[in-house]
Amino acid sequence: MAELAAVPAPPRDAVLAQLGELKRIAIVPALNEEGSVGRVIDEIHAFDPGFDIVVVDDGSTDRTAGIAADRGAHVLRLPFNLGIGGAVQTGYRFAFERGYDVAVQVDGDGQHDAAQLPTILEPVLTGQADLCVGSRFAHGSGYQSSFMRRLGIKVFAMVVSAVVGQKVTDTTSGFRAVNRKGIALFAADYPHDYPEVEATVMSVKHKLRLHEVPVEMRERASGASSITALRSVYYMTKVLLAIFVGLFRRYAVPPEEGHHR
Amino acid sequence: MTPLPVSIAAAVASFLLLLVVFELIRSRRLRERYALLWLLTGAVLLALSVWRDGLNTIAGWFGVETYPPAILGAVGALFILIVLLHYSTVISRLSDQNTILAQRLALLEQQLREGVTEQ
Repeated sequence: MAELAAVPAPPRDAVLAQLGELKRIAIVPALNEEGSVGRVIDEIHAFDPGFDIVVVDDGSTDRTAGIAADRGAHVLRLPFNLGIGGAVQTGYRFAFERGYDVAVQVDGDGQHDAAQLPTILEPVLTGQADLCVGSRFAHGSGYQSSFMRRLGIKVFAMVVSAVVGQKVTDTTSGFRAVNRKGIALFAADYPHDYPEVEATVMSVKHKLRLHEVPVEMRERASGASSITALRSVYYMTKVLLAIFVGLFRRYAVPPEEGHHR
Repeated sequence: MTPLPVSIAAAVASFLLLLVVFELIRSRRLRERYALLWLLTGAVLLALSVWRDGLNTIAGWFGVETYPPAILGAVGALFILIVLLHYSTVISRLSDQNTILAQRLALLEQQLREGVTEQ
């Protein structure tokens, strides 16, 4: 289990060496992010040009898809808005079917800093974790957010920590790295709206090893958050219900090559 | 006052509803998103059947003096209406999406047949 002390970031070169010949992909969900998606792609390539990038365009009405394609990303355009869960899972299905070994998830809104990819990749590459999540709160760094959102994050952190029997500080982070096992699981089964909380619980129930590492996130570069105050109450109820019911489900350990539903 | 057998029967029925909804979610035949209204229905009906004084009081508000359980039926009917209306919106959205999917599929098929590679 990871201790969440402020561990210094692993050097970029060491992580790049560990990546070696691994087939790696960055999954970038984006909804109307024409102002930031280009920079997100550039930053990932600046860290490591060996990363393939798949942008999942969740029904954007702006130039998100065109900009992403121009930068050489694979673009999956969903015919209508599926919500973040359905969009992200599309990316994992792509990664699974194309045989990728490692996947990272980076939001298209620019809040995740690709320079911190080594931090979330390292535990996965060294085999300590199947899923590594970048946490804003692991050592209390300067991310500010609305009151409702902070409250939701607190409640989820408590509930999820209790359910998985491991300290989790940031259950809503979409900045994560997974190995092939994680890709297979998420390709086969991924929760729907506001999915990160459930995905965290689900992974641990499926006996995936979860690590959390401290990262810093930026303010959203553009666009507006899809979560408003009233909706957060609805989502909190829904997600808590999902976690509660999930306690009564049985989970299989996913094989290296999982089956699709 | 509500006859006790009515209260018991109503409580058992709403509890069963809650149980069935729970099992449907657990076995993944019902998504949480669509289960919330049903759970609310079951919870409200259960509360009204168990809290007999409350049911009496509420019946009083509406001038129902002779047979308070009529309120149970009315509340049940109200929730069923809400659930149905909710489903109508869900069906409308699904049918819109279905149209979009069919159109996209037709465009893709045409591209495949005619070997169009350009976007």
